[in-house]
Amino acid sequence: MNYKYRIEPGISTGVVKTISHIKNEPTWMLAKRLMALSIFTRKPLPQWGADLSGLNLDLIHYYTQPLAREETRWNKIPEEIRRTYERLGVPKAERKLLGGSKFQYESEVVYGDLLRSLAKKGVVFLSMDEGLRQHPQLVRQYFGTVVPAGDNKFAALNSAVWSGGSFVYIPAGVKVDMPLQAYFRLNSPRTGQFERTLIIAEEGSSVHYIEGCSAPVYARGSLHAGVVEIIIKPRAVVQYTTIQNWYKNVYNLVTKRMRVEEEGQGIWVDCNLGSKVTMKYPSCILAGRKAHGEVISLAVATAGQHQDSGAKMLHLGPDTTSIITSKSISKGGGRTSYRGAVKVFPGALRARSKVVCDALILDALSRSDTYPHNLIAQEDAVLEHEATVSKVGEEQLFYLTSRGLSPQEAWSMVVNGFAAPVIKRLPLEYAVELNRLIELEMEGSVG
Amino acid sequence: MLNLKISDLKVEVEGKLVLRGVNLQARSGEVHVIMGPNGSGKSTLAYTLTGHPRYKVTHGRVVLQQKNVLKLTPSERAKLGFFLAFQQPVTVEGVSVQRFLWRAWEATHPHKLEFTRFKRQLTQHCARLGLAQEFLDRSLNYGFSGGEKKKLEILQLLTLRPKVIILDEPDSGIDVDGIKSVAAAVIGYLKQEPEAIAVLITHYSTILSYLIPDKVHLFIKGKIVKKGSSTLVEQIRKNGFMGWRSL
Repeated sequence: MNYKYRIEPGISTGVVKTISHIKNEPTWMLAKRLMALSIFTRKPLPQWGADLSGLNLDLIHYYTQPLAREETRWNKIPEEIRRTYERLGVPKAERKLLGGSKFQYESEVVYGDLLRSLAKKGVVFLSMDEGLRQHPQLVRQYFGTVVPAGDNKFAALNSAVWSGGSFVYIPAGVKVDMPLQAYFRLNSPRTGQFERTLIIAEEGSSVHYIEGCSAPVYARGSLHAGVVEIIIKPRAVVQYTTIQNWYKNVYNLVTKRMRVEEEGQGIWVDCNLGSKVTMKYPSCILAGRKAHGEVISLAVATAGQHQDSGAKMLHLGPDTTSIITSKSISKGGGRTSYRGAVKVFPGALRARSKVVCDALILDALSRSDTYPHNLIAQEDAVLEHEATVSKVGEEQLFYLTSRGLSPQEAWSMVVNGFAAPVIKRLPLEYAVELNRLIELEMEGSVG
Repeated sequence: MLNLKISDLKVEVEGKLVLRGVNLQARSGEVHVIMGPNGSGKSTLAYTLTGHPRYKVTHGRVVLQQKNVLKLTPSERAKLGFFLAFQQPVTVEGVSVQRFLWRAWEATHPHKLEFTRFKRQLTQHCARLGLAQEFLDRSLNYGFSGGEKKKLEILQLLTLRPKVIILDEPDSGIDVDGIKSVAAAVIGYLKQEPEAIAVLITHYSTILSYLIPDKVHLFIKGKIVKKGSSTLVEQIRKNGFMGWRSL
């Protein structure tokens, strides 16, 4: 792979200035980046969650620019990149089905497309860089308001060196029927990917945004530290779906948060199959009256993987509701942890929240833990918490095989059945893909 | 004509000898009933015949159609025609009754059947058991009542059309009307499949007033201590198992 530009490993003021300079950014953005860098330098690594001792932040390349520029026509993309995407199974047919799609290869978005009808209604779907160029006022107004740089060390890092990601703007009342899709991919060793996504859904609008992530084989660990910020105005509905399948040496440390205003609905559907370590807790700030937040997640951990994921619901407004459904599967020594927080603040009258955690442990080597934190400062709040841990038992396997199924088929039936509540929330093509990925992960489950 | 032959079968569970030499022969069209107190090894026989890995055969043979059944895996036995209606069927969340049955049908029947025809038959079987159409979309045994669980086992029996049917207490945890409809479905099935052999395990005699056995086997401590006909059921009904325990 040839690069147009690749910054030497490690982070410094110089690196941040260079990135901002290459992108020809307004000075206020550079100021934000430098502020974030100083927070990053001061903040310690989190002392909780997954083990990050294998992550050497000085060896990461913080910016890599491939030869290609952003192209709106598929056949203009360099063949090598195109082939990679095609191998990844991002077929051209899919692009027709989806409202628009953006593929991010390393740090720059190289392909962008949006159906004309949506553009006519004022829907904006650009790379974050392009968004900043074309809509500086909107970006300045909202950037960092839901996930401030000081939120955590990796949000600070992202705010300092961010590149790419998506900028989505849905005008008031516009309902986008087809999902918008973005595909992120890391391709060279020790590359960091720090995409930044900002979605603004104006009053009464709706959109479903899907991101898929993938990475091929590397010699050394890579880092993905994305930030997603979503602003949901009154009565707007946003679903953000992730199918994360990074290669198994990637540190995936992502901050995702949405602010939901009056009667708005925000839904995270978050599937984590890949990576070495994932720490990700999509959250909803339920700011307005009757705001509703939902996190539906699936984590699959096999040998050498730790999926430390969960959800965070912050109830600020009265009559706010939230649902967290967390499903995890661990196998072959893999580890899954559910880490969740539900906070009901004073004034969040009659807030209601329901948390359901189901863990499926496939063998004695694997592990699953639950760390719920609840903080309720409102007397009339209702919080339900259910947790189940099950083992695919001999009994289930015997029951299914005694009807003629092979042991492999029986396994995958049990596992897919377990994941069904999550799979049901995906568009058909993605549901099929996720089923296939789960089956791949389950290969060799039968002794 | 099928002939199931069990000879001197000895089975261990977790190092403990549970079946201590069982002999039983059954032919097509026959209904065999196994009665006996709790812990006498009735369910062990059912699990052993269908190949549950926890049950270790230490001695003896099971032969059907010149095949050494004990050498086969559970799914191979299902393909040969073995079927166990479980006493306590397990729950599989997210797998619908219909999908499961279609996959099981495909696995056990080499000849192709169109899904629409399969579905039509499935619907008819549901009606026969008094099950609503929605039943087919529910997860296997997930949130089922005791009666629904038993009926799902019978629905599987009717759909998959096995040859050697072993019914492990289909009459426990279900009301009298349920028992009646289960018995009627089994009787209907045996008429329609003259090749089939039925082995019914039960504690109670209620179901036997609908389903008349050809042979009754009394199980005590892992052995058949008495073989007889319907009159043996009558004796057990009157005196319980007490008189036989000393044997």
